[in-house]
Amino acid sequence: MNRTSRFAVALLGSLALSTLNVATSQADVESNDPIKLTLHDWTGQLLTTKIMGSVLQNTGYNVEYVQADYIAQFAGLKNGDLHVAMEIWETTGREAMDEAVASGTVENLGETGMEAIEEWWYPSYMKDVCPGLPDWQALNDCAEIFATPETAPKGRYLGGPVTWGGFDDERVEALELDFEVVHAGTDAALFAELESAYQRKAPVLLWVYAPHWAPAKFEGEWVEFPKYTSECYSDPSWGSNPDLAYDCGKPTGPIWKVAWTGVKDKWPGAYKAIQGFSISNDEMSNMIIEVDLNGKDIDAVVSSWVDANKDRWQGWSGQ
Amino acid sequence: MILAARNFKPEIRNFIGIKGFWLSAFVISVFFYIEGKGLFPKWMFSLPRKWQWPIKDYVSDFMIWLTEDASFGFFTFKEMTRGLAGLLEWPLSFATSLLSSGFLEGQGSQAVQVLPSLSWISVVTVVIAMGYYARDWKLAALVGGCFLYLAVFGQWDSAMITLASIAIAVPFGVAAGLLVGIAGYRWPAFERSISPLLDLMQTVPVFAYLVPILFLFGFGPVAAMIATVIYSMPPMIRISIMSLKGVPSEILDFGNMAGCTKRQLMWKVLVPSAMPGLMVGVNQVIMLSLNMVIIASMIGAGGLGYDVLSSLRRLDLGGGLEAGIAIVVLAIALDRLSQAFSQRGSPTYHESKGSFVQNHPWLTTVAIVTAGTFVLGMFVPSIQSYPESLEIGIGESLAEAVKWINITFFDALESYKTVVLVYFMVPVKLVLLKMPWAWSIFLLSVLSWQLGGIRLVLLTLCLSLFIVVTGMWEKAMITVYLCGVSVVIATLFGVPLGILAAENERLGRIVQVIIDTLQTLPSFVYLIPVVMLFRVGDFSAMVAVVLYAIAPAVRYAVHGIRQIPPALIEAGITSGCTKRQLLWKIKLPLALPEILLGLNQTIMLALSMLVITALVGTRDLGQEVYIALTKADTGRGIVAGLAIAFIAIIADRMIAAGSAKARKRLGLG
Repeated sequence: MNRTSRFAVALLGSLALSTLNVATSQADVESNDPIKLTLHDWTGQLLTTKIMGSVLQNTGYNVEYVQADYIAQFAGLKNGDLHVAMEIWETTGREAMDEAVASGTVENLGETGMEAIEEWWYPSYMKDVCPGLPDWQALNDCAEIFATPETAPKGRYLGGPVTWGGFDDERVEALELDFEVVHAGTDAALFAELESAYQRKAPVLLWVYAPHWAPAKFEGEWVEFPKYTSECYSDPSWGSNPDLAYDCGKPTGPIWKVAWTGVKDKWPGAYKAIQGFSISNDEMSNMIIEVDLNGKDIDAVVSSWVDANKDRWQGWSGQ
Repeated sequence: MILAARNFKPEIRNFIGIKGFWLSAFVISVFFYIEGKGLFPKWMFSLPRKWQWPIKDYVSDFMIWLTEDASFGFFTFKEMTRGLAGLLEWPLSFATSLLSSGFLEGQGSQAVQVLPSLSWISVVTVVIAMGYYARDWKLAALVGGCFLYLAVFGQWDSAMITLASIAIAVPFGVAAGLLVGIAGYRWPAFERSISPLLDLMQTVPVFAYLVPILFLFGFGPVAAMIATVIYSMPPMIRISIMSLKGVPSEILDFGNMAGCTKRQLMWKVLVPSAMPGLMVGVNQVIMLSLNMVIIASMIGAGGLGYDVLSSLRRLDLGGGLEAGIAIVVLAIALDRLSQAFSQRGSPTYHESKGSFVQNHPWLTTVAIVTAGTFVLGMFVPSIQSYPESLEIGIGESLAEAVKWINITFFDALESYKTVVLVYFMVPVKLVLLKMPWAWSIFLLSVLSWQLGGIRLVLLTLCLSLFIVVTGMWEKAMITVYLCGVSVVIATLFGVPLGILAAENERLGRIVQVIIDTLQTLPSFVYLIPVVMLFRVGDFSAMVAVVLYAIAPAVRYAVHGIRQIPPALIEAGITSGCTKRQLLWKIKLPLALPEILLGLNQTIMLALSMLVITALVGTRDLGQEVYIALTKADTGRGIVAGLAIAFIAIIADRMIAAGSAKARKRLGLG
């Protein structure tokens, strides 16, 4: 025991051998405290956040990345533990965002310029066996093709995790689809099943969203439901089914940026730059493909974007 | 008195009574199964919301009060927990700096490295030195090899982040566990009062209390570390109490005679004598902390767990497996090392001769290597961190293998799966869901009366009624179904495998390696390939649970067979038993109590795994806990977590009672 503790002392001693002097270069910004940006676990969000982060760093701000859960992060944003979240999807995060904004300590900094698409999706080879696609009315004719032993004679539709919402159970009922909704627990499970079916060219119908690597890697299309309007979700009489709401497709929606309200006073310049941040779906999809399918390093992809688009991000803060 | 009265009953009549009761219970159950849902009001199957007891709202309100209003006068509760987190951050950031990031000055992106972290060469040297010091060259080679693996396979940086958090979490878990254990040893009343708390700490899934921990301790590695400590501490407490009690009274008497004060008696006599036992506890804490790596990475611990999660999100199966195996390798190194330290006898005192260097050759080597690589590392980067060009990976080959299995065997697998689903899983599910809750609880109570008497009945009644009044009954039944089905299958495969392994030394070793790997490999790594082969659904969940929970079924069966006194087996052979008779009439009955304990452990692991299988979309209590986590709903998570814990406790107590009965019958005392 005694000797092991001496090992530790020796290690410490060797580290204390020399101390280097540090001179931190301090740019002209309002506060040198680090701005904390949250990172989640999907590539697109990491890219968005790191682009914002490097832009802020280039303008002289101090930035820190914090790993946090998508919904749980609001607790941190509300009390100022965390400062900025770059991707809150209209489709999955709206409820939590509204609740947080209502508390008065979190504010919505506007759209990121990206538009979330979420809908029922099938691989292109399914068109050979179910020629009526992508029209939704063809689904019932092909229900048995999409069936599995557990769901037969109904077709099987693999929905997102329960927490994503999306009203798929309601949609099936309202549009009288002969399908059973099975919920995947995570997005990894969702795409694992797609990959498996795609390898075998087997029937599969599932929830796919963009921007994401899946629609780039796998060839396929979104089912075309009656176009979404807000009345469709709120008013039963709208649409093909007079008694039920949700007889239409899913809304597409912006992806929002949110921040702790304190950001505005503490780092006004950064606040402006974050508000100005804007990037398009195509740009983002290309970067996601670089990272997830071509195996490039996230930081490398981010820095090449930042180098190539200097004029754009300098415009964000209006300098 | 009660015992005497019970013995008084004629055995035969009792037996017929029991049989008759279960027969009629069976008939009534069949009736419920066929007719139930139509004949009875709906509340008998799930309690309507207005009758439910809104415990989850109370819990959520309490949490809000705790984080926003609770105060000790000078400071608020939240300031206290945040202060604690700030304190814990010091050692953690020190360890992270030492092993991974280097020592930094400043914050965030403006931080500047003052000192580099330990070079990979010096970390490997340190662990080799520790291995040799703890036992011998063989261990040193093993541990060194494990760490070299991390470098060669490109897992070094993440592994060091994980190692840093474990290096800090383990001492905290051990110290806290030991102190609570000592308190439990000193004051039996305290021991009794913490015992149910320990049961809960071990059975409530971690996901359930992650949200409150985030609220109280903030985001980041510290919160993850606190969750790890809470999860890994209970076995340390239990083992401390046990091994302190196990110190022979002669030693205590000797300490008293030598005039020890109470404090001296504890720290100079009791704790050192209990050391071997305590080291087993340390080993447990290390292993459980490594189990937490994935979950901790979900709330910001980073490291290997994060690599596993993010690779699997990209469906990079090879990358996920590499990071997963790195966790296993780290676990093996730390496990062997801590076991060697626990088996190492107390150091003998040598008269020191010669210089410091001669007396401490290892300390000197480590110091020289560390200093040397530190200086050289400034000029030659590959000494500071392992060169990327020399890293290797298995990458694509695994994905290719899964693809091949998928294309070639999917149809065959699908037909097996359908058979199991249609003839086994679905019927069990329907039976459980079609019984009114009152009837199920009644049968459960009768069973616990037979196994353990009135106290057990009261316990099962209270706990299962909690599940009913919180409106969790239906989800609880799905939990029982998934867990039950998995446990049955795990036992059907595990126990025979264990018996075979016990008879055949060679097979035994192979099986041992496989089940050890299955238990330390993060389950998420094999969950995704399982989904690819069996689709999202109950079957995939069942396969994943079986893979994880089969270990104790095998292990206890091996142990049960091996611990049978050889004299009894010889007696069987001399009285002319055939091999089959030997197995069925002697070995199995004698191993039964052990096998039952294994069953108990299998159930516990299966329940803990259900929270993970929620990630592939089950609809049980595990899913409820997971939803609560993603919605940051404290009350919902805690209540569902408690319901899981209560199922575990009921199963545990009933099996313990059954095992005790079996022992008594066999005269094993």
